[in-house]
Order: sequence, then C-alpha cells, then structure tokens
Amino acid sequence: MTDIVLNIDGKEVTAAAGATVLDAARQAGIHIPTLCHFEKLEAYGGCRLCMVESESRGKTSYVVSCLYPVENGLVVRTRSAKVDKIRRLIIEELMAHAPEAPELVALAREYGADKDRFEKEPIYCILCGLCERYCAEVKQKNAIGFVGNGPEREISFVPEIAAKECNDCKECFPLCPTSYLQAAFVLVESLTFAPAAAEPVAAQG
Amino acid sequence: MPKLESVAALESLRSDILARRDATRPCIAVCAGAACDGLDSITVATAFKSEIAKQGLEGKVDLRVTGCHGYCEKGPNVVVGPKDVCYFEVTPEDVPGIVSATLKGEVFEERVYKDPQTGAKAVHMDEVPFYKHQTRLLIGDNPKIDPMKIEDYIAIDGYAALAKALSTMTPDEVLNEVKKANLRGRGGGGFPAGSKWETTKNAPEKTKYVIVNGHEGESAAFMDRAMLTGNPHKVIEGLIIGAYAIGAQQGFIYTRHDAPRLVEHLKAAMAQAEEYGFMGENILGSGFSCNVELHFDVGIFVSGESSGLMRSIEGNAPEPRPKYIRTSVSGIWDKPSNLNNVETWANVPQIITRGADWFTSIGSERSKGTKLVSLSGNVVNSGIVEVPMGTPLRTLIFDIGGGVRDGKSLKAIHFGGAMGGSIPADQIDAKLDFDEMSKLGAPIGAGGLLVMDEDTDMVEVARYLLDFLVKESCGKCVPCREGMYQMLKILTNITEGKGKTSDLDRLGDLMEVTSAASLCALGKTASDPLKSMMRYFKDEYETRIATGGGAGSQAI
Ligand SMILES: Cc1cc2nc3c(=O)[nH]c(=O)nc-3n(C[C@H](O)[C@H](O)[C@H](O)COP(=O)(O)O)c2cc1C
Ligand code: SF4
Ligand code: FES
Repeated sequence: MTDIVLNIDGKEVTAAAGATVLDAARQAGIHIPTLCHFEKLEAYGGCRLCMVESESRGKTSYVVSCLYPVENGLVVRTRSAKVDKIRRLIIEELMAHAPEAPELVALAREYGADKDRFEKEPIYCILCGLCERYCAEVKQKNAIGFVGNGPEREISFVPEIAAKECNDCKECFPLCPTSYLQAAFVLVESLTFAPAAAEPVAAQG
Repeated sequence: MPKLESVAALESLRSDILARRDATRPCIAVCAGAACDGLDSITVATAFKSEIAKQGLEGKVDLRVTGCHGYCEKGPNVVVGPKDVCYFEVTPEDVPGIVSATLKGEVFEERVYKDPQTGAKAVHMDEVPFYKHQTRLLIGDNPKIDPMKIEDYIAIDGYAALAKALSTMTPDEVLNEVKKANLRGRGGGGFPAGSKWETTKNAPEKTKYVIVNGHEGESAAFMDRAMLTGNPHKVIEGLIIGAYAIGAQQGFIYTRHDAPRLVEHLKAAMAQAEEYGFMGENILGSGFSCNVELHFDVGIFVSGESSGLMRSIEGNAPEPRPKYIRTSVSGIWDKPSNLNNVETWANVPQIITRGADWFTSIGSERSKGTKLVSLSGNVVNSGIVEVPMGTPLRTLIFDIGGGVRDGKSLKAIHFGGAMGGSIPADQIDAKLDFDEMSKLGAPIGAGGLLVMDEDTDMVEVARYLLDFLVKESCGKCVPCREGMYQMLKILTNITEGKGKTSDLDRLGDLMEVTSAASLCALGKTASDPLKSMMRYFKDEYETRIATGGGAGSQAI
C-alpha cells in the first residue's frame, strides 16, 4: 500500500494508508492525550480527548484522532485555542466524578482545567470502557458490561462469569485511568451478591 | 390470491377491483389513527356496522376503518365519500343520524364543522379550514384506504409506480428521476435522497441494503406513524422502487415496538405484498427480487440514528458507530446500506408516476414537494398537516392551526423536538424550508411543530427538552453524557431560583463543546434548543437568574 503524507503541527509525516491520525502522530513523536485508547483494542472514540483540528480541502473540522484515517494533504493541528477548550471542558466534566485521578490531575495542570468547575459527584469511573473492551476483545470473556443510558451508565460485572474468570485474571485493573480500586470494589460487590456456583442461577428478568 | 406474474396481471386485477366497486356508493370512513383510537373511535365504527346491518344496507353503504385523517383535535373523525362530507367528534349516538342523512344524500348538521367565532358551517373536506389550506399528497389517501386491505391501495393506483419502474425504466433512469426531483430526506437532515442512493449504488460491495427508518423518536412527531399505520403499502412500494434503483436485494423496515396497530398493519401489509408479488422473488415477473424484513426498535431514541439503527438491526445495542465512513458505504454488516425516513420513501412512488418535473413544481426553490407536520402545543387545531414546502408558518399556525388556544398571543414556535430550536413570534412569516428554518435556528427536523403561547417559560422549555434527551444519550461519549447532564443541572437550578451569574458562561462553554465534540448527531445537536434560547430569549434567562426565580408557568 502506498504511504500517505500529511502535515501534523507543521511537520511532514508519513503514514501507512488506513492508519489513524493518532497512529501517525505517535509515530512521529507528537503527543496527543487520550483516555479511552489502548493499542491492543479497537479504537472507541468515547473520551473525545484526542480531538484535533483538521483541515482538508479548505475545510476546518474537529475530529477524534484515534479514529480519523490519514489522508494525503491533510493538515492537522494538535493544539489550538478551540482544541484546548474542548479538552479543558472534558477534563473538568470528568473531574466532577474523579477529582483525584492522577491522569486527570496532570491533564488539568496542562490544560488549565478547574477541577471545581462542576459540582462534585464522585463515582470514580469515567466510563472509558477500557476494562469492558479488554475483557471482550482480548480475553473474550465478556465478564464486564455497561448498563444504563446517559448519565446512568455504569460498568457492571456479570456475576456468573466474573465468579469463574476474574480472580485469576484481573488484567483489566491496571488499565483503569482513575483507580482500579473501583473495579475491584465492583467485582467484590458482584461476587458477594452472586449466587453460589452450585445453585441454579435464577433467570434475569 | 395467486402471485401477480406481470404488469398486465396487476392492471387486470385493478380493473376487476374497480369493476366490483361502485364509485357513487356512499362510503363511511371512520378514523382509527392514534388520536381517534384513543378517543375510542372503534365504538363508533362498531355502531356504524350494526346500524348498517340493522337497516339492511349492506351493499348500499360501505364502511371503512382507516388510518389517521389528520384533524386529530376533533376526533373521532368520520368522512363520508364520495363527496367527502366531514363529521367531527362523532359519538355512537350520532350514527343513526349520519346513516339516514347519507342515504338521503343529505348532511347530518350536528356534527359538521362550525367556525368557533362566526358559527359558519363547513361541510366538505375542501371547505373545512383545517384541510382547505393543505396539499395532502401523502396523507390524503388515508381516508380512502383500509390499511389491512391491499385491494384498497391497488384501487387508488397502488403499485402502479413500481410496475412502471420495473417494466419501463432502467435502475439508472429511476435513480435519475429521484435525483432530478431533488427529493430531500424527511428524517431530519434534509440530505438529498438521490445522492445517497447513488453512493450506495456505486459502492463496490455486491450485497446492498435499503432501510426504512420508522423509529420516529422525536417528541411531538407523529406523522411517520400515521403514514406507516394508515398507508403501509405506499412506504413498501417506495422501498422496493428504491431497492431496484440501487440494486439492493434486501430491505429492512425498522419501526416502533410500542405501537400495536402499526405493527399489526405493517405485518399484514408485508404478508399481502409478498403474496401478491410486490416484494420477494421475481417481482411482477420482472426478474428483480427483494425481500423485506421487519425489525423493532429497542425503545431508545438513539436507535433512530443511522449507525445506531444499523447496529440494532445487526442484533447489537444501538450504540452509534464512531466511523468516519458513511453507512451508505458501510452499514449493516459493513455492507452499503441506504437509510431513508418513512416520509422520504412515501414520496418515491408519486415521483415515478408523475415525474420529477411535476414534483419540483411544488415547494420552494431548494426544498421540493410537500412536508408532513405534526402540529401541537398551544394551538387550536392540533393534528397532522401536509403543506407544500415554502409555506409560511403563519398559514400553518393560523389558517390551518386556527391560531393560539384560549385567545392568548403567540410567544414562540418550536421545531424539531429536543434537537431543534425555538424562534420568537415575530418570525411568523418565515417559510417552511429546510435551509431557511436551519438558518433561523429552528431546523424542521422530522416536522414536529410546537406552538407556545405568551405564558410559556423559555427556561423551562429548554430544561424539559434536555431532561428528555439526557436519558436518551447512550452514554458512550463524554461531551454528550456529561455535557447534557451539567447543562440540565444548571437549568434546573435556574428554574428553582438558584441561578448564578456565572451560569450563562458555563452554559456557553458546555453548548460549544457538546456540539463540537460529541460522537453522533444526538450529542452534536443536543444543545440546539438552548442555543436558540440564547439567540432569541437570553434576556429571559438573565432576568430569571438576577431575580432568583419568579418561576413562570408551564413548559409546553
Ligand atoms: C439521535 C437521533 C435520532 C434520530 N431519529 C430518527 C428517527 O426516529 N427517524 C428518522 O427517520 N431519522 C432519525 N434520525 C436521522 C437518521 O440518522 C437519518 O439521518 C435518517 O433516517 C435518514 O433518512 P432521510 O435522509 O430520508 O431523512 C435520527 C438522528 C439522530 C442523531
Ligand atoms: S453523542 Fe451521545 S448518543 Fe451519540 S454516541 Fe455520544 S453519548 Fe452516545
Ligand atoms: S482516545 Fe480518542 S476518543 Fe478517547
């Protein structure tokens, strides 16, 4: 496949066709912040922190670099007033839930985010989906899933699977950008309430 | 009924049906659309049935139970053909009177339309103010059809467009006609249907799909349901014509699981269309085949969004897909998939029958044809309305809608539900046009129009719409999930008299980032109502924050 040439932050960058802007930037040593991205997993596009400004055929738009495919002649700016504003607000929104998460604290410093801009409702999980996708895509166990829509969304272990699989694995814990205690807590909770392995599992309504 | 093997067989069936019917015989059409059904119009229909039996009138007077007539405000609706005498708010007690009057060629005066001010009566459909300013190309067939009977549809030239396309036009000719007609999508975006069809047609994959979006999640929008329930064959016919043009072998109809009558009618219509040979293998002996499957939504708004809908048809949760690649190229199971709204598909047969030149003679410069609008809120006549694109809002709200309820004055007009916007009363002469309404900040969306009177609290309107939408976000991406949640909290505080001066600044940032950074169109447009508020009603917000409450009255 022919290589693609694009411009990131004024630098000419070459990337394979089909690569994303994030891949291309990382290869060229240009940093773009991410929270829901992990090389071993399919790109997700949930946290939106990796947004960049892109210019193609005279049109400026804001795209998530973890998903946006490289194209010839594309001009990318990884920082701009608007990009920074988007990132700052996203960090502020997440800090309402996980004010002490080290990754967020560091990002807040870099982007001048005010951790107190929105009323605190600590739930620790920022729903990046890393654990859920790791379990599904890499381990293929589907022991974790999302339940609920909108702000009600939360991660949840499937007790019947978790009771069998999680104890010896726990590979998802270090992926958690906030604190894996939360994941562990949810796990313990699910196991406590899980039916004993020998008993038949009641059908879920 | 044996399958129709040719266009000639269809035409001969049509002649048979018409020969068996007497066009001069009175036909009583009782509306069983959602609103009339809710008013128990079925008891009215039953009363007509027994009255006809009692008087031994079978064969002299026909009875038909139909989909929505449109004038929902005045249901149960009854229309007596062939002269289309309209009766409103009909009760079972009125039935003997209507039947006797009909037999004598007279009118049952008690239930005809009376002008609320002058008392002047209007008897026929084309004299009733609600109807006479409309151009009912799509919804107008509803009173003429029992949706459970394919013969009723065939009797009014049903499937003639499909026959014409298959027997006299190439797929490219069909596509070009739709492109020339400049048919724009009725589901919200106004995207040209022809170019979307072309993209799917030209995509390299051989397997292609066509899909009807009948999810209709927009609040205060009921016209897709009225079309699909009242005239399912028109949508099926449009879909098969589209499949032929695009080269798709498989169609899907995706619709609401929670509308029993819709489901019943659609299932029956699909079975009949298959039995008669309008869908399935070798349609009308043309060699073209297209199967259609029915799928139901999972009761969440975002399942109406194109990529969410396609995930749902695949059997997954309807989470929008973050691909920078269009579903028309890579949709269901990564195959090219052309999705159009119910009303978009319903327009296709008439474009083929009457031609693109006829179609483009209706409407405004860049928005062609008619548009179905659900009229509701503080308006005298709520219902489903169909007018040419470009019709001034004044005609919709005052001439058709009868103006604002209870003699109050108009404050604002809201279009497009929770992803739309509100404009002030002084924009009443704006035209119902995709581009003009978008520029004003109240995009037509699917066509839900809410009339808001002088007592409406514009902070509460935005709060109410966000409260609806926040629960409908799938929660996948941060700016939508968190952004809406924070906006809702701020608006709630303002309505409770706890607003702060910094709130408008925070709202400004939240609106900007939510629309710029969200993954799908739900998040991208979630702050549109609030944006329109900041454009036209900002002073109301400032006053509310400054005076700390003084909560107004109702939302909508
Ligand atoms: C959150 C969301 C909900 C939607 N719901 C519907 C719907 O209920 N019906 C519909 O036709 N289009 C809906 N759409 C628009 C569809 O994504 C799509 O654009 C449309 O069905 C295409 O048909 P058209 O081009 O004929 O308008 C929705 C879009 C979004 C973002
Ligand atoms: S914008 Fe909202 S509905 Fe769309 S993917 Fe993001 S969270 Fe889900
Ligand atoms: S890393 Fe791209 S959206 Fe999270």
